[in-house]
Amino acid sequence: MDEQTKATALNSRHRDLKALMAPFGGWDMPIQYEGIIAEHAWCRQKAALFDICHMGEFIFQGDFEAGGLEDVFSFSVKTIPLGRSRYGFLLNEQGGIIDDLIVFRLAEDKVMVVVNAATADNDFTVINSRLRGGSFTNITDRTGKLDLQGPLAREVMLAAFGEKMASIPYFKFITVQILGVEAIVSRTGYTGELGYEIFLPVDKVCQLWDLLLQDQRVKPAGLGARDVLRLEVGYSLYGSDIDETTTPLEAGLEAFVNFDKNFVGKQALLSQKEQGIRRKKVAFQVSSRRSPRHHYEICFAGETVGSVTSGVFSPMLGCGIGIGFVKPELTVIGTPFTIRHERVGMEAVVCELPFYSGGSLRS
Amino acid sequence: MAEMFFTKEHEWVKVKEGIGAIGISDHAAHELGDITFVELPKIGKTVKQFEVLAAIESVKAASDIFSPLSGTVVKINQALEDAPEIVNESAEDAGWMVWIEITDESELKNLMTQEQYSDYLKTL
Repeated sequence: MDEQTKATALNSRHRDLKALMAPFGGWDMPIQYEGIIAEHAWCRQKAALFDICHMGEFIFQGDFEAGGLEDVFSFSVKTIPLGRSRYGFLLNEQGGIIDDLIVFRLAEDKVMVVVNAATADNDFTVINSRLRGGSFTNITDRTGKLDLQGPLAREVMLAAFGEKMASIPYFKFITVQILGVEAIVSRTGYTGELGYEIFLPVDKVCQLWDLLLQDQRVKPAGLGARDVLRLEVGYSLYGSDIDETTTPLEAGLEAFVNFDKNFVGKQALLSQKEQGIRRKKVAFQVSSRRSPRHHYEICFAGETVGSVTSGVFSPMLGCGIGIGFVKPELTVIGTPFTIRHERVGMEAVVCELPFYSGGSLRS
Repeated sequence: MAEMFFTKEHEWVKVKEGIGAIGISDHAAHELGDITFVELPKIGKTVKQFEVLAAIESVKAASDIFSPLSGTVVKINQALEDAPEIVNESAEDAGWMVWIEITDESELKNLMTQEQYSDYLKTL
């Protein structure tokens, strides 16, 4: 672990659990504990606990319109109801995705912005440069975040914190007292399962981790399982599937762009809409248990037509699954691809997203 | 009990009566993590020592399996096609991959004994 790599408050917990650790987004993170497949299965069947303290959190307080925040993202902040959150993008002038993020409406004049770890510092600088007023604070270092995900997550939260956890709808959150401090409990996640993201002061995160793991229905899961879980439900991974050279239109994420308001990158996206996109996200299923992997070539009729941005073996489907980018005309369901890398070749066919839709997400 | 020999690439071969059973070591299986796919050769394929014999994929990585000895494939472990996790559970026994008819047993001199392999692992 080099000196630039940061450790979350739970680092010694992961090491005590003999986790395999690796750098991710500038942080020393657990990739797996007992094994990616076992942790994936536990999350799909029970409840898995993830250390997500590496993600970034910012607070904006002030007038959204006068302060300039309303024009910063691809979606409207002022129309997010209190106690709800909204997913979308921070874009550059060319419409490229600087980050994908979620904004939580904490109060009439206050939001929390939750961003990816690797991009957090740059995001803060970019957002700050677009603001004209209000206060904008990076609270990443003092904020802990745990994700509890899986069909039994609600029962676990009920047992740990009581009735107030019973009825938080999807993409809603509550501010509650947990372990003597104020915490945000949100019905969001990255797995396709019923689940919670819990934000609280970082000095309480070990206590929360220990408390949740006391429940026999909960096991820790690492970023390896998280990657398989998110790809099975078709969520994009920033840095792999989307980046500053990719627009939401190309990535099939137009639903998270609101063209009825102003935002940085709007003109570029409008002209891209008019001219048509030249490449588009495509999902495919492999005919065997082979895994497509990042940078493998996508071939059609003997020619290389694109490359894989994410790929894994899907335990739910029993085959390899992947996403990548190709010309829009090659994204028709049923189009046959060959995925190639050196000596490896695998047959695949274009399919719909999500790959797996049996999760407990909205239950 | 058949004698067991190892390569630096962590394949093993158990030699008995001119036949070599081939697989990957417990160490290799552990390093790979959850194994999700094994590509086996066709029966009748001939290989030279240290040539690619099979392929293996885990959640983490894709790797080639190199033949510890020259020979002709006479049997493959078909159970691995649907249940590659057997390699994680029993890499040096039930997780065997291929049997070859050995062409030249003198090639064993290029391999490590169990003891030498254990020492080799300590240097990694």
